[in-house]
Amino acid sequence: MENTILSARQLNLYYGENHALKDICIQIPEHQITALIGPSGCGKSTFLRTINRMNDLIPGVKIDGSLFYRGEDIYAPGQDVTDLRRRIGMVFQKPNPFPMSIYDNVAYGPRTHGIRSKVKLDELVEESLRGAAIWDEVKDRLKKSAMGLSGGQQQRLCIARALAVKPDVLLMDESTSALDPISTSKIEDLAADLKKDYTIIMVTHNMQQAARISDKTAFFLLGELIEYGDTEQMFSMPQNKKTEDYITGRFG
Amino acid sequence: MEKKLPARRWIYDRGLRALLWLCGGLVCALLVFIIGYIFARGLPRITWELLSTQSSVLRGTVGILPHIASTVYIILVSMVIVLPLGVGAAIYLTEYATNRRLAGLIEFAAETLTGIPSIIYGLVGMMVFLQLMGLKAGILAGGLTLVVMILPTIIRTTQESLKTVPQSYREGALGLGAGKWHMIRTVVLPNAVDGIVTGCILAVGRIVGESAALLFTAGFGTVLYSFAQSLNNSSATLTVALYLYANERGETEIAFAIAAILMILTLIINLAAGLVGRRLKK
Repeated sequence: MENTILSARQLNLYYGENHALKDICIQIPEHQITALIGPSGCGKSTFLRTINRMNDLIPGVKIDGSLFYRGEDIYAPGQDVTDLRRRIGMVFQKPNPFPMSIYDNVAYGPRTHGIRSKVKLDELVEESLRGAAIWDEVKDRLKKSAMGLSGGQQQRLCIARALAVKPDVLLMDESTSALDPISTSKIEDLAADLKKDYTIIMVTHNMQQAARISDKTAFFLLGELIEYGDTEQMFSMPQNKKTEDYITGRFG
Repeated sequence: MEKKLPARRWIYDRGLRALLWLCGGLVCALLVFIIGYIFARGLPRITWELLSTQSSVLRGTVGILPHIASTVYIILVSMVIVLPLGVGAAIYLTEYATNRRLAGLIEFAAETLTGIPSIIYGLVGMMVFLQLMGLKAGILAGGLTLVVMILPTIIRTTQESLKTVPQSYREGALGLGAGKWHMIRTVVLPNAVDGIVTGCILAVGRIVGESAALLFTAGFGTVLYSFAQSLNNSSATLTVALYLYANERGETEIAFAIAAILMILTLIINLAAGLVGRRLKK
């Protein structure tokens, strides 16, 4: 039996009047890739962003229900959000490296969390860049600006940057949608590698991608979780008519 | 290939073009005339003695060193106060304020304040800093008045440059577990600094050029003071001194010399603003 790392019960989220997530109940297992799929505006990104509380940045958001990460209430009043975000890292839709050197980008997180030693930082930077399968491409220009990298390299750099703070969970918010097919496949391979050490939850618009690399798939529609289960099962024998319609391309 | 226009439209077109050319030419002529006239009358009068001494009635000499010093002092005083205050307020308004309506109101007020004639700042400054708070006319009272006057400008320019920093940088930093202030200090400010610096240099330009707000608050003193003494002793800046020499002492040539110096200063400040802005942007 797999270990549950994240569990939501009766999770509701409102943007002002707009009821964006409705009674979400889901148990996400450790060391697997869970894909969140569904048409635009279905709440999958919103759900992803409740996990590391990035929705806190949007004014007027209200949340009820519960969301537990390793038995710890993410929305508990005394929750240390910065530490939570260190443990639950995020890679965004568009690559967003900071306009600094490649080295400084990766070292940003560790420095933020108080690591000053040059030796330790060097080690972390190399380890993270290797972890994100980009070390060989950038090792000779660590001091050069990250803005000079290609889109796919920038995104892998962002993954390295996220890995550098030693997270436990990695959230990927359509992290390949702005990339070309070759970069996309590199990142998919990378995700498959990374699940040995991390739990990955990814939002994707790309059904083939979900089918290719995820272990579990959750299908969202209009703020509701319609179906959730093993990816294989879901793509071969969906239980719900709406899921079937969506994955066979009848709407979306 | 150009089609031949009918005669009426040809005349209309040519006529309009001539009119616009005239407007442009007139503006250029005016500018060249002003600059040329000021330099022609002012430059010959600029001597080392004028720049390096203070006026002496006994010896019958005129020197503007006190006014150069006052100008530098007042820039120092105002910038030291307005910079942290304005940048702080702008950071609060753009990054922290959750009450959008209140923030909007403050922004609107700041916008309105930038359009108020500076003599009104002088009047208010005199009432508040001299009469109410009991300061003596001098660089401190004048500097504080200028702080009030340029604060809105600093807030606006800082806000504008903060807004140019992509939201994705902020998300990236927060997503790595950076605290809000850490994120602002390490990611937002370094990327906004060029705009802030440009705003500051332009503010310095306004300080150098300001006279109305200082007439009542910094005073007309023509004696050279140390920085500390000048704070509560009447000290005329260059622009006030220009008014003084032209209007009260009838020394028109000195006034033109000061005018020429001010023009050169303004030119340097504007060039510096452009240069620093571009250098930091790179």
